Amino acid sequence: MSSQQSVLFDAPGPRARRFIVLGNILGALVVLGIAALVVVQLAAKGQFAAALWEPIFTSSAWQNYLIPGLQNTLRAAGFAIVGAVVFGLIFGSGRLARVRAVRWFSGVVVEFFRAVPVLLMMVFFWLLFGFNRISDDPAFLAVVIALILYNGSVIAELVRAGVGNLPKGQSEAGLAVGLTGGQVLRSIQLPQALIAMLPALVSQLVVVLKDTALGQIITYNELLRAAQIFGNGNSNNLQTLTVAALIFIVINWALTAVARWLSRYLSGRTSGVTAAGPGIGNPTAVAGGKTTGPGNAIAATGDPSAT
Amino acid sequence: MGDFLSQFGELFAIYDVPAAFWVNIQLTFWAAIFSLILGTVLALMRISPIASLQWAGAAYVNILRNTPLTVIMTFLFLAVWTQLQITLSDDFAQNFFRFGVIGLTVYHAAFVCEAIRSGVNTVPLGQAEAARAIGLSFLPAARLIILPQAFRGAIAPLGNTLIALLKNSTVAVAVSVSTETSTLMREMIESNANYIYAIFMIFAIGFAVLVIPIGLLTTFLSNRLAVRR
Repeated sequence: MSSQQSVLFDAPGPRARRFIVLGNILGALVVLGIAALVVVQLAAKGQFAAALWEPIFTSSAWQNYLIPGLQNTLRAAGFAIVGAVVFGLIFGSGRLARVRAVRWFSGVVVEFFRAVPVLLMMVFFWLLFGFNRISDDPAFLAVVIALILYNGSVIAELVRAGVGNLPKGQSEAGLAVGLTGGQVLRSIQLPQALIAMLPALVSQLVVVLKDTALGQIITYNELLRAAQIFGNGNSNNLQTLTVAALIFIVINWALTAVARWLSRYLSGRTSGVTAAGPGIGNPTAVAGGKTTGPGNAIAATGDPSAT
Repeated sequence: MGDFLSQFGELFAIYDVPAAFWVNIQLTFWAAIFSLILGTVLALMRISPIASLQWAGAAYVNILRNTPLTVIMTFLFLAVWTQLQITLSDDFAQNFFRFGVIGLTVYHAAFVCEAIRSGVNTVPLGQAEAARAIGLSFLPAARLIILPQAFRGAIAPLGNTLIALLKNSTVAVAVSVSTETSTLMREMIESNANYIYAIFMIFAIGFAVLVIPIGLLTTFLSNRLAVRR
């Protein structure tokens, strides 16, 4: 936080300090004013009535709805991230292969699945599995497979960018001691790239967890859908969905903190660039760009030290 | 292959696929403009020296980017529209479209904010010091030295956010925007189950055609305009 402040702002003098204090008070008043306005409006519509909040804090709400929903969310996210890492490693090394056909094929697969919205894939697989009676739970399978294909493609790009961001001296040193190109990739570049991409991988886990909520649209019984069913039954959707959102926020916040910590902790362990991902879309157009040092790439994907 | 092509022709004759894509493009267009405005305001708050604004900006970003977009959309539909009975238009379709734009805007504004902030972060401290050393005061230094470099550094992450926004516009189905692509694809598959692969390919290729040029343009621009350091 301090680094970006000092790029734009000098150390304040007495006049600037007075201005900052004034701005601070005004800013706080505006922010609190907006918050108060929302609270007053909600209160005017009776949204703080105990009758609307009490149902959520009963044990049956958690035992029958929220906890099973959360379990389903975590189950889908768990299967998806494991599958995505496997998919990513296969196609990521495929894009670095020496055979042109393998590189080309991996490239087409990765670009295709990165371009198609996850929701479309989920709907497609859900209907496909449903028609062909492939599984008892086509919605679960569709959620997992769609997430594997999309996030696996993103991870494949992370692998490629991780290798690309290593200093050139690493592969040159490997070649100089007589390793072949494949050996350099396997025993020098990939191990360092994998350590370097761990923080971005944890950030990708946040994306996976958020995207499991898309399962609601194809009737997969995850946290959002469980909360929605409970909220419909008790006519308190606003309150129930707020609680469900808070559960998502707490988990994702913790994961983001882990990613940030990892990117600091691991930066001494690899010659690669350890930057956490932005938590949306494809982070590699940033990390894979012509960044010169770790400082730059971390800055480019969002300052990991900032709160 | 000819069989596949005739399937495409048949499906295009019955269903208006381009119209569904047009809805997604419109959602993306409005949400992109509004989230750029909101995201810029948030980024200014976060890089300002004023602690209360920094805190508010950080709180917004951390809350919104950790909430699934589907939850935001469902909240708008079930909590804001159904429960609080807030309407944005008398026309049903228009009402849901506006809610869709709002949902996409509040979610992506958090990422736009981080993209712009990371652009500012790419500018080395030495640039600001050099600007001060040659006697530029705050506004000229920001206008001539820092913001041009910051803008160039923000192109790639902003492009990524735009791509994510276009793909995420399909999630508007959760706030009942029923004319967009994922709904049409579902309808088409449900009534033409034997063409399921052809139908999926129509929509997948449609998105690839929209997304890949944005990606190529972003990469081109960010390399072309990159500040060599």
